[in-house]
Amino acid sequence: MASETRDIIVNGLWKQNPGLVQILGMCPTLAVSTSLVNGLSLGLATTLVMALANTATALVSRLVPPAVRIPAYILIIATLVTMVDLLMHAYVLQLYLVLGIYIPLIVVNCIVLARVEAYASKHGAFYSFLDGLMMGLGLSLVLAALGGLREIFGKGTLLSGIDLAFGPAANTYVIHVLPHYQGLLLAILPPGAFIGLGLLIAARNRIEQIRALPTRSTGLLPQQAA
Amino acid sequence: MNEYLRNVKLTALALLGFAVVAAVLLAGTFGLTRPSIEKSERDAKIKLIAQVLPAGGYDNDLVKTARSLPADPLLGLKKPGEYYPATLAGKPAAVVLEAIAPDGYAGEIKLLVGILPDGRLTGVRVTAHSETPGLGDYIDIAKNPWIRQFAGKSLDSPKPDDWRVKKDGGKFDSMAGATISPRAVVKAVKQALDYFARHQTELLVQEEIHGQ
Repeated sequence: MASETRDIIVNGLWKQNPGLVQILGMCPTLAVSTSLVNGLSLGLATTLVMALANTATALVSRLVPPAVRIPAYILIIATLVTMVDLLMHAYVLQLYLVLGIYIPLIVVNCIVLARVEAYASKHGAFYSFLDGLMMGLGLSLVLAALGGLREIFGKGTLLSGIDLAFGPAANTYVIHVLPHYQGLLLAILPPGAFIGLGLLIAARNRIEQIRALPTRSTGLLPQQAA
Repeated sequence: MNEYLRNVKLTALALLGFAVVAAVLLAGTFGLTRPSIEKSERDAKIKLIAQVLPAGGYDNDLVKTARSLPADPLLGLKKPGEYYPATLAGKPAAVVLEAIAPDGYAGEIKLLVGILPDGRLTGVRVTAHSETPGLGDYIDIAKNPWIRQFAGKSLDSPKPDDWRVKKDGGKFDSMAGATISPRAVVKAVKQALDYFARHQTELLVQEEIHGQ
């Protein structure tokens, strides 16, 4: 049982990382990752929805007729997203001001439906919750890395926009990585998103390749590099 | 065949069941959260309007006394908008107009324009835009103080011909390589002032709608 838990964690964060391996949900990933704060915010909002959607689906999946399971899952996801949107707007306004614009985007993010269909419909509530959480966190890491990368090269800063979450005083948290930097617009515009994501995927593949080399392995069969 | 029909019916009923549960959940959440959402939206609007008016220059509840503004090409409004008369001790102190610059680089730029009774601007703010990040978005106060240069300007100063960006021979600053967004804003603000000049008497509202 513990190995199941560990598998879910490793799959979500690394082996089956939704951003770098499954390459799912690219539309919001590429559009929103213009800064570290933006990327991480969308990632965390998606994580919340994925964990909820997976849990809800696992609980009701036996009631869903197979022929209409996709519409039923979309209904579940859309309902949850709208409820999260309304509840956050009403009760955690500060957080909503940062995440709010991204929440409707989550409905169209196919990674949510993909996990519901591929995992939650066939597993119990606890593991489904964990799968949603870990896949979401895996995506958050990629979004944060991509956002941070684009922000450093595009604007020379890190954490700009943090004041939306913590008030104007938080403006002092902004790190000017490259002082007097003129900015590189390409990194902020859509091409920068594609280039940055490409570099991240390449880096991940390289790490896998090195890990798969037989030199360091202790009797295990070398894995085929994908 | 009967088996098949039974299956179709069951499937449809199950989906209907899901839809009904979803609708109930959504309606419940909506009802539960509406009062507090409306309050926070109102607060946000007040904050934004207050930015274009001098602090302490008015004492009415701007959102409560908002009035409807007819669609007008001078303001760029295709649908009726709103304006917010500001009064101090019952006397008209200023008015805030909604206006839209239709010719931004990436579509409409929504503005709030604050005007004193004598026709001078108290301030302008961009409330919504989709100009290029890092290039045309310096019209947004969150990115750059550029928009502050409108405060104190009027139709007489600078002269109507000078209501252009410097690159076009006018008096307004803009950044090299990104003149489309500021050009659109300058034009829209001037037109809002023209609109104010024509409708001054209706726009400057006296005590009675004030309510307190």
